[in-house]
Amino acid sequence: MRKVIKKFFWAWEYEKEEKWLNEMAAKGLALVDYSFCRYSFEPCEPGEYSFKIQLLEHNPNHPESEQYIRFMEETGAEQVASYLNWVYFRKKTSEGPFEIFSDIESKMNHLILVKKLLLPIGILNISVAFMNFVNLGFNAPHFLWAPFINVACAVLIFAGLSGINKKIKALKKEHNIFE
Amino acid sequence: MENIALTEAVFYILLSLNEPLHGYGIMQNAEKLSNGRVKLAAGTLYGAINTLLEKGWITSVPGDSGDRKKEYVITENGKKAVLSEIERLKELVENGEKLTGGWNK
Repeated sequence: MRKVIKKFFWAWEYEKEEKWLNEMAAKGLALVDYSFCRYSFEPCEPGEYSFKIQLLEHNPNHPESEQYIRFMEETGAEQVASYLNWVYFRKKTSEGPFEIFSDIESKMNHLILVKKLLLPIGILNISVAFMNFVNLGFNAPHFLWAPFINVACAVLIFAGLSGINKKIKALKKEHNIFE
Repeated sequence: MENIALTEAVFYILLSLNEPLHGYGIMQNAEKLSNGRVKLAAGTLYGAINTLLEKGWITSVPGDSGDRKKEYVITENGKKAVLSEIERLKELVENGEKLTGGWNK
């Protein structure tokens, strides 16, 4: 009996998404598949699984990613879904708390990877907005509102990026005295 | 040998690989050695293993069948790194104990 829930999270909200998936699992619904905004759940024992989301450097089908995912599976985690370079893992809660990173440096590296994903998209939106302003200004002033969609996207992305930067900064500070 | 501190994860990985172990075995061994204090997460362990392989401090054990879990073991250079780290730690502990002798516990 599959239950599909449509929900949207921004890429930088993956921790919030993770939290939601864990809340669903606590209620007895375990994620089994994901495609854009579409979460498929199947019943599980309440709290049977913990979920984690990770952004990989390469697509999940890339040999390096495959090797990594195999390693994760050897340690008791299971890949349940993937979307672009994002992978959704679950692990039985009976096997102890599920963390992917146990040191500050690898936590930072993961955040930097998320940043690298978002930054070009933010910059692209600004450039597109700018070019469209110039073009439409000359050729179709009626549509001068259109580039504002890109501006809005860029503002959102940069707000998300600043949240990630704050997290990286906090970890960096901690890293000055701790490992 | 460089005079840089090893991370706790690396130190326990190297100690664990005194005999061939696969990833999950390293996690369990590090936890056991540290009385449950050190819990290596898989992503962190994976990154450390790859760096140690590149550095030549550990090596993967040639397996008989390709599908089995990969096992690793410490090399001579890895052993050297552990020994020099122990010297460094000894110095820390000695100085620490000498200078905090009068502190309240």
